Amino acid sequence: MPCEHSQLELHGYLDGELDAMGAANFEKHLEDCPDCKRVLAAEESLRSALQNAALYERAPESLRKNLLGTPEKKVTPMQSRRVSGFAWQWLAAAAVLFLAVAVGWGVWQRSQSPSSMQLVAASLVDAHLRSLQPGHLTDVESTDQHTVKPWFDGRLDFAPPVRDFSTDGFPLLGGRLDVVQGRTVAALVYGRRKHIVNVFVEKGPPAEGWSGFGSLQGYHWLAWQKDGFSFFAVSDVSAPDLNQLEQLCLSQ
Amino acid sequence: MGHPLVFYIGSARERTDVLEGEDRARFEAIVLPHLDAAFNLARWLLRSRGDAEDVAQEALLRAYRAFGTYRSGNPRAWLLQIVRNACFTWLRQNRMGEEFTEFDETTMPQESENPEALAIANSNREQLSRALEALPPAFREILVLRELEGCSYKEIAEVTSRPIGTVMSGLARARLQLRNALSQPQPKEARRAV
Repeated sequence: MPCEHSQLELHGYLDGELDAMGAANFEKHLEDCPDCKRVLAAEESLRSALQNAALYERAPESLRKNLLGTPEKKVTPMQSRRVSGFAWQWLAAAAVLFLAVAVGWGVWQRSQSPSSMQLVAASLVDAHLRSLQPGHLTDVESTDQHTVKPWFDGRLDFAPPVRDFSTDGFPLLGGRLDVVQGRTVAALVYGRRKHIVNVFVEKGPPAEGWSGFGSLQGYHWLAWQKDGFSFFAVSDVSAPDLNQLEQLCLSQ
Repeated sequence: MGHPLVFYIGSARERTDVLEGEDRARFEAIVLPHLDAAFNLARWLLRSRGDAEDVAQEALLRAYRAFGTYRSGNPRAWLLQIVRNACFTWLRQNRMGEEFTEFDETTMPQESENPEALAIANSNREQLSRALEALPPAFREILVLRELEGCSYKEIAEVTSRPIGTVMSGLARARLQLRNALSQPQPKEARRAV
């Protein structure tokens, strides 16, 4: 009795994992298949029930403390043995110098190549990671766009568009200033289930590398433009989730 | 050269004054942001916060020791794979009869005549949590990864070492079984085997 499409395609569709063609085909099928329509409705209510029930359980502080407090020699018997503190500092300095030169070389070599996109993405993913450190996420913490937007007045030479998308599952959590590749940008912080999305905003046409989408170190990023602003979203939510946020932002 | 990892080394140094060691800083910057994901998965697989804390800690230490072999790729999937393996090992050793079964060994649930969107939508946290915990571990795992952790099919395939096709069919079965459990009148404690 169950329609065979309800097994795989329906789930791929629900999860945003079908390609454009597959999704269009399934939507067409959906029009003539009351079975799939019913199952899809049930799956959607299951999904929203699961996501609204606050089932995600964060790591207790004690776990973090235990891990960070573990004496290093216990964790890395191989690494910490032989170098004295003094020699270590010199080694570290040498390593940093080497890195700086290597990175500088990399930047110089790649500044005009397509993979400079990778470097830009790396620095924005890094800004995202930095924001997740305790106390770094927001300078102004508010779910009210009318509080967050004026906060940027006088702090930036432009007023970033700030909107709350709570009803669509992306509640605004606040905003902050961030520095990305030497430029001060607005960072809008959204929640997505238990995850954080940083949306970096700059005035004007996109800087080099602020385009396209991709993933880096398990984080997805997606860039878009609207009304003379450039946006760059970074998060560990899925790529379809970022697409949805982009669509919300582009709507209106 | 030009690999993004290099940037994490550079920036991680700035914010880890308490800790020493290049590997440690890198680990903290790349892997530790996924600590909540690790704990959440362990908590749902083991159905206990206390056990989850122990096993997650063990898994993180194991990940740290294996960090030398991690080069690039998705650190969340890499960590979660270690965590789930640690969980299933722990279950085998500590809870007889609760270990892992493959999807193929479980019976395919039947779609009910009329899937009850309304009953599902009205389920509260307690009911959802109980129904989720009553699922076989393999189903629970795949749902937690997809719905709570927001993993893509590709990531789930990586974490669970299964082909994507198996992930898709497993997800379909897991959801159906969970929906069926929620549409039925709740039999309270009967389903909960610990």
